[in-house]
Amino acid sequence: MTAADLSLVKSEADALFSRKRLFAFGAPAIILAYFVYIFFAFDIAGLTQRANWDNAVTLASDSWSYKTHVTRDNRSGEMSYAVEGERKGAYPVGQRPDWVSGDDIITIDLGGDTIVRLLPDQRTEIEVPGFGLIEAQAEGRNITTNLPDDAPDWINASNRRVAITMPEGRVTITGSKTEVFNYFPGWELFWFTFDSPYHGHGVFEILFGDRIDPTRANITGAVSDWWNNAMWRHKDVAWAIGETILMAFLGTMGAAILALPLAFMAAKRFAPVMIVRAVTRRLFDFVRGVDALIWTVVLARAFGPGPLTGTLAILITDMGTFGKIFSEALENVDQKQIEGVASTGAKPLQRYRFGVIPQIVPVLLAQILYFLESNTRSATIIGAITGGGIGLMLTQAIQTQKDWEEVAYYIVLIVVMVMAMDSFSGWLRGKLIGRKD
Amino acid sequence: MTDATFAGAQARQTVDSIQTSYMAQVQRRRLYGGLTLLIFIVLMVSGFTVADDRNAGGFWDGLHQIGDYPAEVLAEAWEKRADLPALIVKFFPALVETINIAAVSTLISAAAGLILSLLSTRGLARWPRMIPVFRRSMDIMRAVPEIVIALVLIFVLGGGPVPAMIAIAIHTAGALGKMFSEVAENADLKPVEGLASTGANWSQRMWLGVLPQVAPNYLSYALLRFEINIRASAILGFVGAGGLGYELRNAMAWGPGRFDEAAAIFILLFGTIVFFDQISSRYRNRLTEGQNA
Repeated sequence: MTAADLSLVKSEADALFSRKRLFAFGAPAIILAYFVYIFFAFDIAGLTQRANWDNAVTLASDSWSYKTHVTRDNRSGEMSYAVEGERKGAYPVGQRPDWVSGDDIITIDLGGDTIVRLLPDQRTEIEVPGFGLIEAQAEGRNITTNLPDDAPDWINASNRRVAITMPEGRVTITGSKTEVFNYFPGWELFWFTFDSPYHGHGVFEILFGDRIDPTRANITGAVSDWWNNAMWRHKDVAWAIGETILMAFLGTMGAAILALPLAFMAAKRFAPVMIVRAVTRRLFDFVRGVDALIWTVVLARAFGPGPLTGTLAILITDMGTFGKIFSEALENVDQKQIEGVASTGAKPLQRYRFGVIPQIVPVLLAQILYFLESNTRSATIIGAITGGGIGLMLTQAIQTQKDWEEVAYYIVLIVVMVMAMDSFSGWLRGKLIGRKD
Repeated sequence: MTDATFAGAQARQTVDSIQTSYMAQVQRRRLYGGLTLLIFIVLMVSGFTVADDRNAGGFWDGLHQIGDYPAEVLAEAWEKRADLPALIVKFFPALVETINIAAVSTLISAAAGLILSLLSTRGLARWPRMIPVFRRSMDIMRAVPEIVIALVLIFVLGGGPVPAMIAIAIHTAGALGKMFSEVAENADLKPVEGLASTGANWSQRMWLGVLPQVAPNYLSYALLRFEINIRASAILGFVGAGGLGYELRNAMAWGPGRFDEAAAIFILLFGTIVFFDQISSRYRNRLTEGQNA
């Protein structure tokens, strides 16, 4: 090797290195610049102002706890007790939580020495440890209190409305009603609502104890009361999950069934006519390009909201994807097996059945099962738009902005559902085509 | 002679028994295949009936109405075709926002997925005992549909691109982490051992020993996700997370009279998806072929 050669190699190596160096520093610099642009385009700085941290606190605490409302109507003096203040969670007439006592003077023990007393004449007394006694009187639409003007920030008082937030609970007083909220951890009434005779009985008692409701056997009665629980709506939730899985199943399988014959028309080997191939391929590209969102919107106009619309949206979009994947698999089949089958005098349809299909079945099944899992997630999302399944229940629960424990419940169910579908499709794939890993 | 006949008869008998047992096997296979097919058909038909029942409008009534809405939109858009270019320009910023959401979330989740995948791959993990923990957390991230996180975050952070970005990034990080980890499992460990012998720490071993091997596949998967995320970000816009989907919902809420806006958005969305589909599939082909060559 001459000196000239050597210097040439050297300069080439130098050029390569400088190119690599440029790339190694350039790529991160470009990404960084892009992030800076995004920082301003998305107004990240303004986010802290727009964010509502009270909402976050409500969300975080409500999702694992519930509150029981004790309400006095300040006009009629009538008392009501209800979980989450909902009619479905109301205590039956004549019953009340055991932390409430007294008849003329109703004493509510919020725990931690915080005591609320509802006195006659719309008066309210709150004993707050470390602060003192707060007195409030509702007269017509006005409220008078003994609070100083410089009340601490956990008290929000005007002459129309007083709101006091203590660690043990919350009190709001307006002219029309006095409400006391007592917080407890857990999801109350998850099994039985108050109107069910099984409320407050343990599992052991229901399974082996005496008949609680004389007209029904314990187990059937308990299951039916749980199933028809008005607060948590287990029946509707089960139907919704069923609908979502149904959308995914029907959509995926329907797409595969429609895509298979079309894939033959898009594969060069099986469709010698160029125009047929081109038309089929453009059809696949088109249905894939018109996204599931647009299909959902268009189909919802024709079929109305519901699982059928979601099914068809998944079906049409995935038909394009499946068609593309299947036709690629068909391009790659081994000609020898087809020739072998043909040599036995097989007709074209038999050649496809015994020469082609066995070769592509593993690819097909793997893709279909993979899509079944991913479509369970899509069905949740499409359901939220078109109105069907667990996606709709979730959006509704979020939009009401108060049933966060239900939102948490649905989220857990969705995650469990998707993971179950994931392991089911993985298991089925292992059974049908053998485990790869 | 008699021996030969006897042997021949015996052979015929064996052939017969093989044939009958073969036929019995074929019969059984056909029976099972037929049964599976039957169950499948019953499931499909009954599932379809249930879906049809629970839908607001029936399948057969709706079938001939499919074309109505697109036809209306197209007719109105054609009537006002002079406005279309202006509308496309008007909605272009929304499109940019949709693409930005997809791009940022893909970048963030590719970085997160990279780290997660290395931490959860046998032989490469920093803390081998923690592998199941990282795997499980990736499974959970993957299982959460974007819309769930997006809706919750919209409640806290208000509408806009950030909730969608975070939601897509979390889901994608889980999905990419799994794909990445499958690639990393097949990586050659010799460079890693070589680097370890020079005293390189974990991040140096990964950066210099593993990444160069897996980079083409990682990039190709990230591009595929980018393509998917554009669709996802358009959908999330529809529930209030900004971008093109949000504009589409508004345009649709107006109903007739604003169909030209809906048409402009359809065109933009369709064009974008096809464009990025083509680009990403071309680059992915080049990346994976370049590796094989």
